[in-house]
Amino acid sequence: MPIVPDAPFAFIGCSELQESIAHQADDEKELAELIEEVPLDSVHFHTHSYFLRHGLIEGTYPNDFAQWVVMQIGDHVLGERLAVIDPFDYPDLEDLREEIISIIDDHLSRTPIIPRVVFGQPFHFKRSRILEVPLGLEARTLQEFRDMVADIDVSTIYFHMFEAHFRLRREENDFSAWIRSRLGLLKLADRIRTINPYQGSLERLRSRLITVCDEFLTGDSARI
Amino acid sequence: MNSALDEYRDVSPKGTVDFLYRLSDLVKGKSFLHLNAVRYGGGMSEVLRRLVPMMVSLGVEARWEVLAGTQEYFIVVNRMMNALQGRDEKITDDMYHTYSSIIERNAKALKLEADMVMVHDHQPAGLVDYRTNGCWLWRCHLDLAQPQRRAWTFLRRSVLKYDAAIFSLSGFAQRLPIPKFLVYPSIDPLSPKNREMGRSEITQIIDRLGIHRTKPMLLQVARFDRFKDPLGAIQAYRLVKKHHDCQLVLAGSGVMHDPEGEAVLAELRESAGRDSDIHVIQLPPEADLEINALQRSATVVLQKSIKEGFGLTVSEAMWKGKPVVGSTAGGIAAQIVDGVTGYVVHSVEGAGFRMRHLLNNPGLMNRMGAMAREHVRRNFLITRQLCDYLTLLKVLPAS
Repeated sequence: MPIVPDAPFAFIGCSELQESIAHQADDEKELAELIEEVPLDSVHFHTHSYFLRHGLIEGTYPNDFAQWVVMQIGDHVLGERLAVIDPFDYPDLEDLREEIISIIDDHLSRTPIIPRVVFGQPFHFKRSRILEVPLGLEARTLQEFRDMVADIDVSTIYFHMFEAHFRLRREENDFSAWIRSRLGLLKLADRIRTINPYQGSLERLRSRLITVCDEFLTGDSARI
Repeated sequence: MNSALDEYRDVSPKGTVDFLYRLSDLVKGKSFLHLNAVRYGGGMSEVLRRLVPMMVSLGVEARWEVLAGTQEYFIVVNRMMNALQGRDEKITDDMYHTYSSIIERNAKALKLEADMVMVHDHQPAGLVDYRTNGCWLWRCHLDLAQPQRRAWTFLRRSVLKYDAAIFSLSGFAQRLPIPKFLVYPSIDPLSPKNREMGRSEITQIIDRLGIHRTKPMLLQVARFDRFKDPLGAIQAYRLVKKHHDCQLVLAGSGVMHDPEGEAVLAELRESAGRDSDIHVIQLPPEADLEINALQRSATVVLQKSIKEGFGLTVSEAMWKGKPVVGSTAGGIAAQIVDGVTGYVVHSVEGAGFRMRHLLNNPGLMNRMGAMAREHVRRNFLITRQLCDYLTLLKVLPAS
């Protein structure tokens, strides 16, 4: 029986405006203290929209805190511990903030000195303002959805996978929600809901979404 | 369809041009005024020449006005620029008076009304005293990390009257009680400096400059200035030369009427000695095609500066698929993804070590060069800067 959706999926891209906030850390203790103090938006910026700014490149430390302690302080131990944090495990940003602080505190309790910047740059805290931009593209079928995902600006994938779920506090990402509620494809929706967007770049995420849709569309639904 | 923007479809990331059309729907009909001090010369003017027509083609009433100044005024603002970037400069009360009187004269002549007014750098910053409507943004392209106190105090009085300031890097900003946004500068991939070039065109230019086409080329493009550390580049080259039969090209604009530049040039020639593989090339002020050809011919690009603005020559080289070995100065490290698109180094030895490593690994150089081009495509092209400016126009309310 053909599936007839009653509402199309409207794609929304986004543009990020970076804003500097008046906090700067020169050592790891200050970093932890300031992470505790800054608005949650700033924690979001340094852990989530990192992906928006690195849409293609992989293999670097996946958040600004890990990147800074490795590149500017040279503390690879803390960098590795911060890099392995999976924000997907912390749907609440406050929980994520606590986890980061707890890792830094634990690291400092085992370190005889407080590692600080000697030759590098201090950590500058930022936050961002996200502007939603409706693209005027609407998908009514899975095939249309798949084809549009292949061509849209990568910020659209960021918006529907990261922003919708984590900052706008929707229960699941927009893609899986629409496939579940409008197309009625529950297994496919579950598969897309459980894709961890933090495992790789936005371009890798785009590829995975396309692959999952293709597997379903070509009848290879056993893999779904 | 719109030609000014559509030309970028093949060079910008997938979906970007369509995204910009939709973004512009949100700001169509709004007016945007850019104000600066020069129409030609410098990266800012280069980008505005392209950016303003692009904004117009998207339905934004964009204008670009240039301040009219006297010779005396330009001497004053040049001194102010040096002082704001931390150099020793004596600026007298009379000089500040000259600045203020030129600002007043321009305020009467220029039409300053717009929904958004973006004032670039310190030269026209005082015009904010004559603001009428709209949102006023001060766009700072300078490194204000360690300004001379008196010059900054003078400028700060004006900056506080803006609705927000925009810096290229967090580290360039001073403490201010107004919002501070961050917008990276960008390169135009279709400009003469960055457009694609055919092999014969490149060959012709490289031959004319007297450079070997067969030897691996280490290249630094920078003004002949101690802050760019060209002597450090020669030292790093010598560390590489022990293992590779390579050449070093130091290319920069001329040093006419610049005693410091002439002194640096003399030191460089002395340091190069009789090594015919060191090429010190003085280029005319807008030698865009020569720079393009040099960057395309380079094997590894070096940016060994000890003090730098944003350093867009790094992005220019990366756009041409070259791995860049750069220092941590200014915006260099913000452009290089260490170990992925090139290397960030902290010393002459580091520069020599990394260049040697790259010359030993042609496959790695190719991979890094390809990643470098993609990184620039997504982060440092003019289409991204256009996106930032349109977003500002939408997000910031007129005060």
